[in-house]
Amino acid sequence: MSSVTQLARLLTELDEQLITCMRCGFCQSVCPLYGETGREADVARGKLALLDGLAHEMLSDPHGVKERLERCLLCGSCAANCPSGVKVLDIFLKARAILSGYLGLPPAKKLLFRQVLARPALFNKLMSLAPRFENLLTKPVDSLLDTSCARFTSPLGQRHFKRLARVPLHRLEPPRSTPAGASGLRVAFFAGCLIDKLYPGVGRAALKTLEHHGVGVEMPAQEACCGIPALSAGDTATFSKLLSHNLARLDPAKFDYMVTACATCASTITKLWPLMCGSLAPQAQQQAKALAAKTRDVSQFLVEAGLVSGEAPAPMQGAKPLTYHDPCHLKKSLGVADQPRRLMAANPAWRLREMTESDWCCGLGGSFSLEHYELSQQIGGHKLAHIAASGAAAVATGCPACMLQISDQLSQAGRHVAVKHYLDIYAETL
Amino acid sequence: MSTAALHKEFQQIAGPENVFSDASDLLTYSYDAALLPSQPPGLAVRPTTLEALGRVIRLCNDQGLPLTVRGAGTNLSGGTIPAQEGVVVVTTALNRIVEINQEDLYAVVEPGVINARLFAAAQKQGLFYPPDPGSQAVSTLGGNVAENSGGLRGLKYGVTRDYVMGMSFFDTEGQLIKTGSRTVKCATAYNLAGLMVGSEGTLGVFGEIILKLIPPPVASRAMLAVFDRVQAASETVSAIIAARIVPATLEFLDNFTIRTVEDFSGAGLPTEAAALLLIEVDGHPAQVAEEAEKVQEICRAQGATLVRPAADEAEKERIWTARRAAIPALARLKPSVVLEDATVPRSKVPELVRFITDLARRYDITIGTFGHAGDGNLHPTIVFDQRDAAQERRVRQAVEELFDKALALGGTLSGEHGLGLSKTRFLAKEVGEATIAWSRRLKRAMDPKGILNPGKIVGA
Repeated sequence: MSSVTQLARLLTELDEQLITCMRCGFCQSVCPLYGETGREADVARGKLALLDGLAHEMLSDPHGVKERLERCLLCGSCAANCPSGVKVLDIFLKARAILSGYLGLPPAKKLLFRQVLARPALFNKLMSLAPRFENLLTKPVDSLLDTSCARFTSPLGQRHFKRLARVPLHRLEPPRSTPAGASGLRVAFFAGCLIDKLYPGVGRAALKTLEHHGVGVEMPAQEACCGIPALSAGDTATFSKLLSHNLARLDPAKFDYMVTACATCASTITKLWPLMCGSLAPQAQQQAKALAAKTRDVSQFLVEAGLVSGEAPAPMQGAKPLTYHDPCHLKKSLGVADQPRRLMAANPAWRLREMTESDWCCGLGGSFSLEHYELSQQIGGHKLAHIAASGAAAVATGCPACMLQISDQLSQAGRHVAVKHYLDIYAETL
Repeated sequence: MSTAALHKEFQQIAGPENVFSDASDLLTYSYDAALLPSQPPGLAVRPTTLEALGRVIRLCNDQGLPLTVRGAGTNLSGGTIPAQEGVVVVTTALNRIVEINQEDLYAVVEPGVINARLFAAAQKQGLFYPPDPGSQAVSTLGGNVAENSGGLRGLKYGVTRDYVMGMSFFDTEGQLIKTGSRTVKCATAYNLAGLMVGSEGTLGVFGEIILKLIPPPVASRAMLAVFDRVQAASETVSAIIAARIVPATLEFLDNFTIRTVEDFSGAGLPTEAAALLLIEVDGHPAQVAEEAEKVQEICRAQGATLVRPAADEAEKERIWTARRAAIPALARLKPSVVLEDATVPRSKVPELVRFITDLARRYDITIGTFGHAGDGNLHPTIVFDQRDAAQERRVRQAVEELFDKALALGGTLSGEHGLGLSKTRFLAKEVGEATIAWSRRLKRAMDPKGILNPGKIVGA
């Protein structure tokens, strides 16, 4: 059996899902990448055709397909708008796993995922040392945005990146297990890497909010990454390791919900933990599914549990204009768009001014931005223009990854618009 | 010329980043939305200027390379499936709206402009571009003109053909040919624009297209009418027209489509109804009020069991959401979808619907029928699994019978999707051999080497 035939066999697992694409091409209207390039290989229909071609041996170049498959933000805009309901992201992530398993991971990714990310203790240790060197290599550029750029020519290029937190969330807010208060509810708080290491303030705002509403909090020591970087690279081994690590620390029987303030973590846990946990023991799979069913974005939880009052106060005189960016992983993946807005409306010091296309992807797409920075910037450029046109003094969103991208954009453009999490806005009132 | 030298030449014209020769990229230009076998081209080029487009065409002609123009690749008849070793010319980079003229009511666009973008741009200036094919969010105007696309508004506002005032197009030598003008009237020279509309890329390649814009209607009113007999619904359509009312849209849903949409979206449709009519009248507010009243009266007189006018914008939106859900809802039933568009004179709609119901039973296949009842353009939609060879064969046979029936009723093979590859072999049944021979002579005169989208419409 030729090796391509072998790969084709592996891909037949996807056949039932691939056949549901009727090639109408409607994904072209919402794909942020296709919007820039106009290339069929960049839009979901093209990528599904490529996988179909590989599965049916019309193509014999798995490298070519893998390369094109990885030119994707995994924003899920296509899936959310697909007339046939094709589970595009499920297919793409499974295909990335099959192709990476077949072709192997690039050495740098392998080292980073298997030796660092999969070892949360080491990862935390390395990241806690990093801020000490940050100033040697980078210089601050914008104090409002807390961004910096490279002092010297660097592999990070032109980026203006958010500076690492001096002290990560897990040291500011130690592990805890507090009883339910007035709400009668207990939740596990899943911080996620970016909130822990870059935006601990958001984590604190979340904890303050939960405490304010009388919600007991379960925060285990040393949570691991939710696994999305590994999944998007097709590294299922690392994903399984991270998932097992988290499952050992999160017992769904101990809390009513699991909440997170990171849209990407929320979407990964809810949608991808159940989808990709197949290699774990049956009991662990059950647990992953139970956790997924209990997981909510913080705003989603507060609204669903009836903890935010219905009536929002009118914005006070001189309220500052605020605009909101819908993270793809909140709106398109989980259908959460109204809840964050309701939370922000509770703060009369701000007045929401919607931007055009608030749900157009910011262009980060995790590792997409590392590998295709120029395209990522081009897509982000539309977001920047819409934020500027809204005239807002601050832009809020529900995902720390979007916050990174938007900060980079605003900082490079020299625009003094603050970047916030919707919880920052809400927690101001508490 | 060697393949390498040829690629280099295309790269010099369009830029290296716009020439695709990798097998993976070529596979993505091997299909469109028609359920037909795919065929990768030998090369794909994405020119970014009209000047480059002209040079690409000339080079193809010099080298005798078959050339297929592709916009968004949404057509349902295989019109953008290329020839083996042919060149696919992608127009997505030719996407400038050159002009929107508010005084003379027209727009000038490049072929890659997306229909919905022109609609929005015109709307921003208080103008209206009516043709609204189901693919309007993604399909290009070049594609719309090449296929003579229709849409929901066809009954009152006409189809793409009715909005093409003129254009420039490239002949096979890469020379720009001009036809029509920016004026309402134009009696100069042959009406080549009329010939180019619906020519599916077989006679020339569009440069700039001049499209008519109109003032938008000020008011509109939508309503839904429920029938327990298909016959009564169809007779209502004729009665409305006979009362000298031309609704902007007059859409039909059969019982199977109603139930599927209801299962899919829970919109609150009456699942026991034999048929629904979704009707919208538009125009001056006073006229709209009067016509809406009259239409409701006619529906009741024709035996509608329920007539519900939309009380507000939200309710109107719900009515049209139900119609828009027809394709997604049906598409989710089975993996493969054949969306037909054989069209009959409006008075023959009841007979066609009866025939289709019987067809589904005889061939043991699933067909949902909905569509533009007002203009006789229904969309019998067959859902099945193409991996089941016996089932696919039954579907193909049923479609052939459907074509025969539509023609026997004085109708046409295609109302708005074009012939492409999928209906070419049936053309003689509708127009006769002499028409095909004449059309081939015409094509040979305009395309002596036969490079322009070979195989489409009149076959090879």
